[in-house]
Amino acid sequence: MSYQVTLSQSRNEAGSDRGSGSYGGISLQIENVSKVFTGRAGTVEALRPVNLTIEAGEFVCLLGPSGCGKSTLLSIIAGLEPATTGSVMADGRNVQGPGTDRVLLFQEAALFPWLDVQHNVEFGLRQLGTPAAERRALARRFLELVHLKGFERSYVHQLSGGMRQRVAIARALAINPAVLLMDEPFGALDALTRDRLHTELETIWSSTRKTVVFVTHNVREAVALGDRVLVFSPRPGRIVREFRIDLPRPRSLEDHSLVDESAEILTVLREAIGEHEGEDENG
Amino acid sequence: MAKAVDFSQRVSRASFAPWLRRILFFAALLMLWQVIAMSGIWPDYLFPGPFAVLSAIITGFSNGLYLQAVGVSLSRLAIGYSISLVVGLVLGLLIGRNRILEETVGSLILGLQALPSVCWLPLAILWFGLSERAIIFVVIMGALFSITLGVDAGVKNTNPIYLKAARNMGARNVALYSQVILPAALPAIINGLKQGWTFAWRSLMAGELIFFTLSLGNLLQTGRDLNDASQVMAVMVVIIIIGVAIDVLIFGPIERNVRDRWGLSR
Repeated sequence: MSYQVTLSQSRNEAGSDRGSGSYGGISLQIENVSKVFTGRAGTVEALRPVNLTIEAGEFVCLLGPSGCGKSTLLSIIAGLEPATTGSVMADGRNVQGPGTDRVLLFQEAALFPWLDVQHNVEFGLRQLGTPAAERRALARRFLELVHLKGFERSYVHQLSGGMRQRVAIARALAINPAVLLMDEPFGALDALTRDRLHTELETIWSSTRKTVVFVTHNVREAVALGDRVLVFSPRPGRIVREFRIDLPRPRSLEDHSLVDESAEILTVLREAIGEHEGEDENG
Repeated sequence: MAKAVDFSQRVSRASFAPWLRRILFFAALLMLWQVIAMSGIWPDYLFPGPFAVLSAIITGFSNGLYLQAVGVSLSRLAIGYSISLVVGLVLGLLIGRNRILEETVGSLILGLQALPSVCWLPLAILWFGLSERAIIFVVIMGALFSITLGVDAGVKNTNPIYLKAARNMGARNVALYSQVILPAALPAIINGLKQGWTFAWRSLMAGELIFFTLSLGNLLQTGRDLNDASQVMAVMVVIIIIGVAIDVLIFGPIERNVRDRWGLSR
């Protein structure tokens, strides 16, 4: 019920606010969310109960080793996976399924290979029932925003990894979500491309003020992008430390304070990984 | 620059050479055929030469008989195949998306697929008599299971990330099936469609052999009855040409289109 309200609301906003793109983010409350997978090999505890409040328009990075449950948490926030315990509130409403107010971006970009770039970006708008002419115009605008003008007719296999992520970002932005959930979106890219996309993402975020939850295992990436960095322990994941990053934007990876901050967080992360076995005993 | 020119020349020569070899091969084959026919090892009415067969084809088409037979056979194929296509798509989607149907109906279809569809013919004649319905039934049995299994395989092998992304962007129910699940499964579906058409065409020809109404299969049988090997061979050639034409003109472009879009290499 509440989910229906969210959907129709975001539809209105997508319709009325397409000119400026200044529609901001919403807050997220994660209360006691945990995840236990039950499979043939028994049960696996992926995520210890997590409590987390993310403000509207905040850029939060979830940092941790692979398989620490941070991606699972992102899927739960997206509503693509049910939590074993606890609840997620988006803008004060209980999340009960996927909604176009929260869009998940994947490391593999997950573009549809049977559609060209233009129609990939139009996909979400088509589901919302946006008229064809408006869809085309919106898709063009967002492709321009991610510097992919002229690639409208290309197919996915013709694009580089960085270009695919740009299309995925344009596709997500086109439906004007309040929250971008990014699951290691730049993890498979080379360092140069990644840096460029960091800058572009930061620009888009500061002009739209959407809420961003960004999962990564790269400390520098987390520090370069986040207002806050939450360090996760290895599986079963839980938040071990929280860092507030008050460095001015736009940030440079060469900045000394950024390097220092990264070193400090890396130490905490190493400790979390190292203590893992001992932690298991104490629960 | 010189390298690039050299390369393009090699490419054009490489794509031309197979055709040249093919033409030479078939010319040699025709010549060999003619020599054997002229040698008199077998009588003319049992082993006619290529010219006799060619003239039988020309006569057959000029008196309208072959055209009519082609029409009858192709319309049976079209009706049977269309029904298989619709039923196979629905059945394949259901089996691919539902584990209980997969375990039950899926294994039944896998078993039935092992049965050559012409084996349905005696039963079809018992049920429907020597009628159009009997032969169309056999065509359906030929194509249906291949198409169903192709759709099923395509749906099951679809990367789940496409479904996640689509659901996340608001795709539901019919839109999820028509805009994501089916197109994502398309490469496997096309394989099933191709295999289904081959099986349907073969079982149609086999079935028509025992039917009395004019059709391609029936023309083969009449040729035998008249002791006219040139007509039998002529009809065989027509059947081969139709088969190759459908492969090249219908399935070829569809396959190429999908390969180009997805970037699948040959």
